[in-house]
Amino acid sequence: MLGQLPILTALTFLPALGALAILILRAMMRSEDQAALDRNARGVALFVTLFVFALSILLVLEFDTAQPGFQFVETIPWLVDLGINYKMGVDGLSVLFVLLTAFLMPICILASWKLEKRVADYMAAFLILETLVIGIFCALDLVLFYIFFEGSLIPMFLIIGVWGGANRIYAAFKFFLYTFLGSVLMLVAMIYMFVTAGTTDIPTLLTYDFAREAQTWMWLAFFASFAVKMPMWPVHTWLPDAHVEAPTAGSVILAGILLKLGGYGFLRFSLPMFPDASAFFAPMVMVLSVIAIVYTSLVAFRQTDIKKLIAYSSVAHMGFVTMGLFTMNELGVQGAIFQMISHGFISGALFLCVGVIYDRFHTREIAFYGGLVHKMPVFAAFFALFTMANVGLPGTSGFVGEIMTMFGAFQYDPRVAVGAALGVIFSAVYMLTLYKNVVFGEITNAKIESATDLDWREWVNLSVLGFMAIWLGFFTTPITDVTSASVEALISQYQAALAASANP
Amino acid sequence: MTATELLADLRLIVPELVLAIGALGLLVAGVFIRGEQAASRLVSMVSMALLVLAAGVAVFLAPEGGGTAFNGAIILDSFALYAKAVVFLAAAVALVLAGNFLEAERIGRFEYPVLILLATLGMSVMVSANDLITLYLGLELQSLSLYVLAAFNRDSLRASEAGLKYFVLGALSSGLLLYGASLVYGFAGSTGFDAIALAAADPSVGLIFGLVFVVSGLAFKISAAPFHMWTPDVYEGAPTPVAAFFATAPKFAAMMLLIRVLMEPFGAMADQWQQITIILAILSMAIGALGALLQTNIKRLMAYSSIGNMGYALVGLSAGTEAAVWAVMLYMTLYVIGVAGAFGVILSMRRAEGMVERIEDLAGLSKTRPGLALAFTGLLLSIGGMPFLVGFFGKFLVFFAAVQAGLIWLAVLGGLFSTISIAYYLMVLKRVWFDEPVAEFLPAPASIAVITRVAGIGTVGLLLLVPFMLGQVMQASAVFGG
Repeated sequence: MLGQLPILTALTFLPALGALAILILRAMMRSEDQAALDRNARGVALFVTLFVFALSILLVLEFDTAQPGFQFVETIPWLVDLGINYKMGVDGLSVLFVLLTAFLMPICILASWKLEKRVADYMAAFLILETLVIGIFCALDLVLFYIFFEGSLIPMFLIIGVWGGANRIYAAFKFFLYTFLGSVLMLVAMIYMFVTAGTTDIPTLLTYDFAREAQTWMWLAFFASFAVKMPMWPVHTWLPDAHVEAPTAGSVILAGILLKLGGYGFLRFSLPMFPDASAFFAPMVMVLSVIAIVYTSLVAFRQTDIKKLIAYSSVAHMGFVTMGLFTMNELGVQGAIFQMISHGFISGALFLCVGVIYDRFHTREIAFYGGLVHKMPVFAAFFALFTMANVGLPGTSGFVGEIMTMFGAFQYDPRVAVGAALGVIFSAVYMLTLYKNVVFGEITNAKIESATDLDWREWVNLSVLGFMAIWLGFFTTPITDVTSASVEALISQYQAALAASANP
Repeated sequence: MTATELLADLRLIVPELVLAIGALGLLVAGVFIRGEQAASRLVSMVSMALLVLAAGVAVFLAPEGGGTAFNGAIILDSFALYAKAVVFLAAAVALVLAGNFLEAERIGRFEYPVLILLATLGMSVMVSANDLITLYLGLELQSLSLYVLAAFNRDSLRASEAGLKYFVLGALSSGLLLYGASLVYGFAGSTGFDAIALAAADPSVGLIFGLVFVVSGLAFKISAAPFHMWTPDVYEGAPTPVAAFFATAPKFAAMMLLIRVLMEPFGAMADQWQQITIILAILSMAIGALGALLQTNIKRLMAYSSIGNMGYALVGLSAGTEAAVWAVMLYMTLYVIGVAGAFGVILSMRRAEGMVERIEDLAGLSKTRPGLALAFTGLLLSIGGMPFLVGFFGKFLVFFAAVQAGLIWLAVLGGLFSTISIAYYLMVLKRVWFDEPVAEFLPAPASIAVITRVAGIGTVGLLLLVPFMLGQVMQASAVFGG
């Protein structure tokens, strides 16, 4: 049904059209009509993101899970003289990330419904961000990928800088410059690939055999970009700052989607294109991952700011992802993808929870809170659910991702799995302590007496995410079925490449 | 020389004739028109028309296949044609940008457009030069006009200082160039590019010596470090529309001239000049990036930005291949478009008390003038080579040329410096987006508003036109192939 239509292009550029509509609307309306403009901007943004979400569901339904290759491929000649095309397509590795993005965006718009400051700009920035992020997952050309990948910094820079907290300018600059520095190295590596292989077509490059030594350098260059995006220890320090200062919806996008770009990059580029280098560097990645899991869990425990705590916990959880990816066995890679999707829901929900109480009390200090359960029982229940999911309680999606990656790591090297298991214990320590301090106990702060429970928008957002966290905790096949064919193909190709270079 | 031969030669320089005759005619006419303002406006309008006409003549009426004229002193090929078209249009845009500014500053005199025409004529000769003498003539006609333009606001101390500084340093660089040219003439036995190319196949030390001096002289004109010292002061001191002109057409023309000199007469000495351009590139990127970080004046910032950008162009040029030529041509074209738009925004920074040019005066622009702020954001990031804006392709292609020629480390270095340079564009954007507005700007004249909007939309819209532009520059650079 969708075979003939350029569905990926539509998915990618509809939000940009929405943003354009909002900007035109703003230019045409007089300043007295501020309220009307805000209303319209919210409406347009919600409508567009919901429409894109519906379209992405159609995409996943139409997606042929048995086929490992790229589907819905669209090719339009672009820089013909250089052989650079506008080429879009999805496979089992990317299609779920498109869905995840389209799923989280309407939630972000709803979560920002009460925003008063420069609503039209805000909505436009989010829509442009959605265009760029979906574009990243659909791009099948190096140059196109880079344009979307790097371009996504601009709207996020503005979102943090304009609508962020007190220290937003520092955080916005740190976010931008950190990730930009990593990415320029990747750009040079991409150009080198272009020069060597003579093409920027990703499907062709996936089968191209790069020389061993060149692989090492390119792997490092890509690693510089993806490790920062991920973020991996020790280049994670931009993330807590960015999270703390970003507005709630910005944090949701950052944790839910932008952190997945690193993992997706490893899957799409590093592992299949530079197999020898990946195998060579895998031990290093394992060590960094375990350090990330253990160290940032400990750091999280000492935080006094709720958002910062969750940010550090994100770094730890991304440690499971890198660990799973570089085991390069089926369980590990499947688990890593699962963990990324599940973390998208759980961390998004946790940031929404923080947003709920921040909207009411305007502070994120843990010490300020206590006894919320007496005044906000529904909130307390949701927060408990997501705390448990973040800890990795069986029956939640967090458990599945962690256990799969740990099984994978055990096959790779039991010592890695032991280190990761430590992290699971620590995560229970800091999350439960946080929950106890914020939700339980007596109400010590008079301001909390006047608290009101969730409104319907918060209810909708959290229950949708809660449903996903539990559903995926019991039924893993919705994700693993989609990814398995592509993952198997990825691994068999990887093993074949290693075998080939071992016996030249 | 028979009349037919003369006519055939003249056919190749019709655009130059249009500009030369037009400029001299306007100079005479300006004297006879009553009223300073009326003269200035009329001459300005006619000059714009002449520039567009010259561009049209260059593009559409060029003799098939081009050729050389005046015993090989002048060459007309697709490279020269492309360069001329860009230079003429950039000069026309600079005249539009000058619009009401000069009148408002009470320096609206009709000599201004005439000087722009003469400078443009010089540039046109430069990009067509096929002989050291022609090169020098074009360069000096351009430079002398620019010295006067820099000091055009003669009652302003800063402008006079800028003009004088520019003149003294410019004269020094012309001296270097001339000395180099005389060495080249001495050791190659000819001033013609074709003869020098023959001598360069087996270069003597004297020829290399000459090359170094010639390149130094030209590096001054493109304000590549360490010959950049004049740039910030001149940009700051000169009237803003003059700075806008300096940043666009002359930079482009000088870069094209540098390409021709390096690729054609000294093409065989690529190993020698590569070392020079690499050093120039690294120094320019470093000084451009680090110098700009500390600026508080937006014009000085643009000056450092232009130094840095010349560095990136030189990264591409250092490759010394045909790909290097088209990469730099596209880079410079996109740069000129971006800078013209950005100066449009700077020219819109007018308050009731007069022009302002501190970066902090831009505070809160996104609230007071959202459209202008959006355009400025796109333009600055495009100049910085940030995707998804069109300027990214310039940077991508110069790095591509460098990597293709094996200069991977230079591309990596360029990437690192571009991280620093993106930081100062972000510092401007911080004022525009994150800070609270202090005072609003007056509405800009329609002509400037149109240019900022068109250029701003172009930073995204040109993504669709890049294939066409790439085709053009590739065709134009084919003259250096094989």
